[in-house]
Amino acid sequence: MSSLTPAFILDIGLLAMLVMVAIAVVRLRSLFAIVMLQGVYSLISAAWFVSLDAVDVAFTEAAVGAGISTVLMLGAMLLTEREVKPVPMRRQWAPLFIVVVTGMAMFYALGDMPMFGDANSIANATLGVEYVEATKSQIIIPNVVSAVLASYRGYDTFGETVVIFVAGLGIVLLLGLNGNAGRWRAKPNGQDISQIDEQDIS
Amino acid sequence: MKRARKRARANKMGRSENQHIILRVVAKLLIPLIAVYGLYVHFHGDYGPGGGFQAGVIFASSIILYALIFGLDEAKRVVPPSWIRVIMTLGGLVFGGTGVATWLLGGEYLNYTMFAPDSTHAAGQHWGIFAVEIGVLLTVTSVILAIFYAFGSRGGSRRPNNAPNLSDEDKS
Repeated sequence: MSSLTPAFILDIGLLAMLVMVAIAVVRLRSLFAIVMLQGVYSLISAAWFVSLDAVDVAFTEAAVGAGISTVLMLGAMLLTEREVKPVPMRRQWAPLFIVVVTGMAMFYALGDMPMFGDANSIANATLGVEYVEATKSQIIIPNVVSAVLASYRGYDTFGETVVIFVAGLGIVLLLGLNGNAGRWRAKPNGQDISQIDEQDIS
Repeated sequence: MKRARKRARANKMGRSENQHIILRVVAKLLIPLIAVYGLYVHFHGDYGPGGGFQAGVIFASSIILYALIFGLDEAKRVVPPSWIRVIMTLGGLVFGGTGVATWLLGGEYLNYTMFAPDSTHAAGQHWGIFAVEIGVLLTVTSVILAIFYAFGSRGGSRRPNNAPNLSDEDKS
């Protein structure tokens, strides 16, 4: 922090870009541009994670955040409007208040955070060191992240896989794999009530 | 408006020959590379960054790219939706089954050492991590494809005529 190393300047630059992209996303009206900028945001944060030596996180962020969710957001955008409806100013004060208060609380809490890369912080000093040391003799693979993820924290990963499975199950049940679940007709007592609904909508 | 009509006519005549030819050629080149890279990320997960989750996302994105360029119907011929339901479940079962296997071998749930208790270089752990990551890969790939198929197949009711088509389904 004390000296202006290239890595520090890079971090500041990436964070400044993140802030600029975020402001642009808030101010833009075109949903297409917003979705694209969200992809840009993910890509910049992936680059920032690499700069913080969190390569696995950066990998996931680049693949999921910049790749898949951009495609999914575009797919979702095609089903709705192209433009954001402008929100009247009087309805923006409450969100602004919440954001400012939360931001101030986070800055207040910043003093209790350990410095970046602090060897004496709780995460680095106790369990982290234990896993790094034990992986050498117990799992014997170079990537400690994989060792922790799949072996030491196997239950957590199993839980995550089940969460992903349940998400897919929910999608399949609600939308159907061919997206035609919405065309299902409700027939209480053998009577087709969908005709009435369609008239109401149109 | 004129452009939209023109495109509609091109759709009817089968625009596949001329339009998007650069996209198609580049995609044909890229898709196998992306798929192989996904597999590399998966099987190299013990040595470098990556693992089942990232590999699943990358592998799914190669099929999504195929769907974006060649249309959802073509992609559904490559990976039929009926497979997705099976693979999705299979992934969870592979992960859970690994735990049951270690259980039956006499260890705790997901205690991979049981696969090779006498190994000096932790072969059991390697096999266990491998099996578990296969489960993650299967589930992640198929769930992402399921989400993409589900959203991509829905024709938007308010979609304007000149909208970029996610799917080639509603061409007619």
